[in-house]
Amino acid sequence: MTENTLVKFDNVSFSYGETPILKGVDLTVTRGQVIAIMGGSGSGKTTLLRLIGGEVRPSSGTVHIAGKIVHELNRNALFKLRRKMGMLFQFGALFTDLSVFDNVAFQMREHTNLSEDMIRDLVLIKLHAVGLRGAHHLMPAELSGGMARRVALARSIALDPMLMMFDEPFTGLDPISLSVIGSLIRRLTDALGMTSILVTHDVQESLQIVDYVYFLADGKIVAHGTPDEVRHSDAPFVHQFIHGAVDGPVPFHYQARAYADDLKICGNSLD
Amino acid sequence: MPMTSKFAGTALINHITAIIQRTGHRTIDSIWRLGCASHFILLVLLKSMASFARPRLIIREIYYAGVMSLVIILVSGLFVGLVLGLQGYETLQKFGSESAVGTLVALSLVRELGPVIAGLLFASRAGSAMTAEIGLMKATEQLSAMGMMAVDPIARVVAPKFWAGIFSMPLLAAMFSVMGVFGGYLVTVVVIGVDEGSFWSQMQSAVDFRYDIVNGVIKSCCFGVVITAIAVFEGFDAPPTAVGVSGATTRTVVTSSLAILGLDFVLTAFMFRGVA
Amino acid sequence: MQRTVMDFWVGVFVMIGIGALLILGMKVGNLTSYQSGDSYTLLGNFENIGGLKIRAPVKSAGVVVGRVTNIEFSLETYDAVVTLSISNRYRFPKDTFASILTSGLLGEQYIGLLPGGDEAMLENGERFMKTNPAVVLEEMIGRFLFDKAAGE
Repeated sequence: MTENTLVKFDNVSFSYGETPILKGVDLTVTRGQVIAIMGGSGSGKTTLLRLIGGEVRPSSGTVHIAGKIVHELNRNALFKLRRKMGMLFQFGALFTDLSVFDNVAFQMREHTNLSEDMIRDLVLIKLHAVGLRGAHHLMPAELSGGMARRVALARSIALDPMLMMFDEPFTGLDPISLSVIGSLIRRLTDALGMTSILVTHDVQESLQIVDYVYFLADGKIVAHGTPDEVRHSDAPFVHQFIHGAVDGPVPFHYQARAYADDLKICGNSLD
Repeated sequence: MPMTSKFAGTALINHITAIIQRTGHRTIDSIWRLGCASHFILLVLLKSMASFARPRLIIREIYYAGVMSLVIILVSGLFVGLVLGLQGYETLQKFGSESAVGTLVALSLVRELGPVIAGLLFASRAGSAMTAEIGLMKATEQLSAMGMMAVDPIARVVAPKFWAGIFSMPLLAAMFSVMGVFGGYLVTVVVIGVDEGSFWSQMQSAVDFRYDIVNGVIKSCCFGVVITAIAVFEGFDAPPTAVGVSGATTRTVVTSSLAILGLDFVLTAFMFRGVA
Repeated sequence: MQRTVMDFWVGVFVMIGIGALLILGMKVGNLTSYQSGDSYTLLGNFENIGGLKIRAPVKSAGVVVGRVTNIEFSLETYDAVVTLSISNRYRFPKDTFASILTSGLLGEQYIGLLPGGDEAMLENGERFMKTNPAVVLEEMIGRFLFDKAAGE
């Protein structure tokens, strides 16, 4: 593991109860990169993020962040690690009883001893970076989906984390908000010297901004490469995913009996 | 498919077996949940020290649990007192003991009705609100977000609510009893015309501070602990869906109410056994 | 610390709550007339205490002068030893009668003190010389029937 590797998954498996979700995942993220983890719904993408954040522990294998094994850390060490990570949840997860300003200021107030003046300046700087400085007095209920997500982004970069995670940042947004979020992710990662991991199934937007892509299917990494490699890939799953083909390695039909049997064309009984 | 009688019998047996299975499953589930709840409350207690360092949070929760319940408590107390006075007068009059109506109203309220009814109202209003708020925060990933920002959600969200509820409950029960006595006074002395002096003097000689009032306060403290613990646990444990949160809210009210009534019996048997 | 409107209402709430507790204590209960300290102890042996309970009032001429604090059975005299706590304000002569009376027809039982004429007063820890036991209903009925039978 080189100095430049920030996140490393080493043969990680995870099961939720009886159901296996991840079956031996190997993944490397280099510092300064924006990488995308793509896959169909329910493929375990969000679980990867939760493993990085230490919310769940793997059934086997190890997850390294900056050289430390996440699930072996005690509570204090884990909390210290989390202060250097930021996470953008799918719908923002803003605190509904706090204003936009207080939401962004949350981490500053909890973890630092900065004066209120300093905090005010920092909050406005972060909001300015996402273009919502004028909305600092609003309550989360008054924001649109795209605005809420941008505020949540400002909140998660409040303490300049070294690692940012994005859970489906493009889902449910209009085209303008889509490209706004996309450009924000790229620019902020470069400007703040962060590393970003995007979990998404939005192909168009993410291929434009990421440095590397991992494809997750059936609990394993089935393909990976740069955006260019991925676009011209012949691998069936990648091809189906990138071009949105209806049928392919990911089948159209859910598992069922033979069609003729179900319709009782041959006169078979149901039991 | 035509059902033969033998087929119907099998279906019935299957049905009853299913019911028994479900009951056993539910019982084990309840015991398991009780264990989870105890574990959770222990965590809340352990992390409470951090929340005491942030009195602002506790004050906010006292506002939402206590102050917002003021209206329902005071109004209900008044009505209960009015009814007690009326009913009490009506019955005591037959024995010529109308002047004892003050004693009747005061003792009923201070010993039983104050803590119990205030507890039930508190569970319905403040308890369900706590459950809904915590459950909603869980469903919208706010608790996860807080955890990812290295702020313990139990210390910051749950513990302040817990202590606010325990603090508010005895105060609300006392207010309920006072309003009830006032209601009894209103209807018997002011409206019906029972002698004011004997109303108060009989009451004061019959209600003992240490025995009746303190016991009533102890009861309401116990109820406060139970209601708040249930409310907070159900919220935190709720499935993060709309159905989950609404189910948790209902469960809070039902479980709290049953717990209050059961605990009331235990406490009453323990406290009011008779003096000697 | 910044003050908010919320703080004000919480303050009002706590004030009302404490006020309610005080009202309960003072006006509804008998906290103000509660005897604390400033009392001395007297003892009395009774053949039968009937339904007398601890904390029952001790009255003289109908006025509450003290409380029953303890009831025990004595193995030396095989009767009940009742401990009374009398307020320091009231002193009673050594030949005071202590009786167990019932308030009303079916009310609670209390101890009534009928002062004698002795000039010396009872001191702390001393015993009543003369006591009347409680009236037991069965004995009364039995005596009534016996008298009736004797009368015929």
